Amino acid sequence: MDPIQTLIKDLADKHGRQRESLLPIIQGVVEKENYLSERSMIEIAKEVDLPAADVYGTASFYSFLETKQTGKYIIRVCKTITCSMKGKNQVLFAIIEMLKIKLGETTPDKRFTLLETNCLGWCHKAPAMLINDDVYTDLTPEKVREILSDYMKKDVNHF
Amino acid sequence: MSNSHQLKRVDFIFRNENDWEKVLSTNIKKQPKDLINELISSELKGRGGAGFPTGLKWKLTAEAESDKKYVICNADEGEPGTFKDREILSRVPYKVLTAMAICGYITGATEGFIYLRGEYKFLQSELQKTIDEFHYYCNEIKLDFSIKIFMGSGAYICGEETALMESMEGRRGEPRNKPPFPTQAGYLGKPTVINNVETLVHSFTIFKYGAKKFYDLGVQYSRGTKLFSVSGDTPKPGIYELELGMSLQDFVYEFGDGDTKAVQVGGASGFLVPRKKFKDAAIGFKGKLTGISLPTGGSMMLFNSSRSMYNVMDNYLEFFREESCGQCTPCRVGCQQLLLGIKAVKRGDKPASYLDKLLRLTETMQLTAKCGLGQSVANSFSSIVENFREEMIY
Repeated sequence: MDPIQTLIKDLADKHGRQRESLLPIIQGVVEKENYLSERSMIEIAKEVDLPAADVYGTASFYSFLETKQTGKYIIRVCKTITCSMKGKNQVLFAIIEMLKIKLGETTPDKRFTLLETNCLGWCHKAPAMLINDDVYTDLTPEKVREILSDYMKKDVNHF
Repeated sequence: MSNSHQLKRVDFIFRNENDWEKVLSTNIKKQPKDLINELISSELKGRGGAGFPTGLKWKLTAEAESDKKYVICNADEGEPGTFKDREILSRVPYKVLTAMAICGYITGATEGFIYLRGEYKFLQSELQKTIDEFHYYCNEIKLDFSIKIFMGSGAYICGEETALMESMEGRRGEPRNKPPFPTQAGYLGKPTVINNVETLVHSFTIFKYGAKKFYDLGVQYSRGTKLFSVSGDTPKPGIYELELGMSLQDFVYEFGDGDTKAVQVGGASGFLVPRKKFKDAAIGFKGKLTGISLPTGGSMMLFNSSRSMYNVMDNYLEFFREESCGQCTPCRVGCQQLLLGIKAVKRGDKPASYLDKLLRLTETMQLTAKCGLGQSVANSFSSIVENFREEMIY
């Protein structure tokens, strides 16, 4: 068994092989791999005995379950009303300028993916964003540049 | 100012109660029907926004016959402008767990779930620790009840209770037809109580202090307190616990920046109230004798005169278009067409009268969409288009 198969088998052992276990298994794969490859979906389908189309159909419904390859860090900038009023676009431009990618793209070194997302529930500290599961609030272009450079430094040894 | 009501700050929800063990152990010695009557007499209504009487929900589930029942805490807090449940789960999670266990005792459920939105994943490990401690105590008092966290993955619609159950069952979060309601056939087809996080905390208060303490707060039909998530153009954004029944005028006096043009009550799926109607609007459930009653999950977004209501509407519609599950046509196509429509009017490609066609479209959506998402787009759309028509055109 290769690492993906082992991961999926372990997740199925932990969560079960019923339909109710499908999302926790998918989430477990996404936590490790950042996204759900076609291969992973087929392996999950085999493991829980479902058509692969059902796995894809379920996964593709949820905005946090990417089915295309993403970077190691997924940046999700909140674009809903309060964040939008409080300077989301300036924050977004600062990120775009710094990473030299457009919205929806991944940096060539596969470290960062830049996305927008709907309300993150931090309207009182807008604008807000997530980098993977970590929340950053009260953003300004300066602040977001600092945050990103920390991430860039953090990884320099691994690439 | 006939229905003016002083703004009253209350501190129940976040009050640190160190005796949850005692609240749990004493209440599970009482008769389930007495507990239900206590909850019914408090007149607590669901705090997620819909306002269904909580006691009745528990009663129906208790009366449903089944070998298996469930209790679900809905922590899929996705309505724009709402962030209170996150704060509850990080500050007083044990109140939520205690109320879930008492609910389990009353209804005969032995398993509970907290459906936590993916955006709040950072809460998961701390919450799990609290749950582990809680389980330890349940074992000690020989109460057969356990709670699991089920993570969401970024879908607003999963806050709709039947979509949430579909999601938990490993499917796309598409709302079910109702009836049957979850009290009859919920998670895995079994009778299920599903409550908002805040509703459970109020239940804890009621089981600890008795119904009267809760009932004495608020106004007729809208008893008790409510957490309000305040954001937008305000000098003091944050979370506030206030008595229900206040007038929007008093609210704006307290939270506005002196230039408040409108307040969105209840998030993008709620109503936009313009300045001229502040004094007539009361925050509470249906049934007030005078003025406009605005039920709410507690999202209060303030807009000052620098904001264009066209941009606000555009933002909401983009939100709804993306978050519509796509299952039923009125909502899927309706949200797309409303967004295209207001853009066309703004550009001048369509005449101003086209807004009336769009208003009729929202009426159709209200009548024919399958769930609250599609039905409630009309709330913000009609209240913005009718009150700020010129901003939509010019």
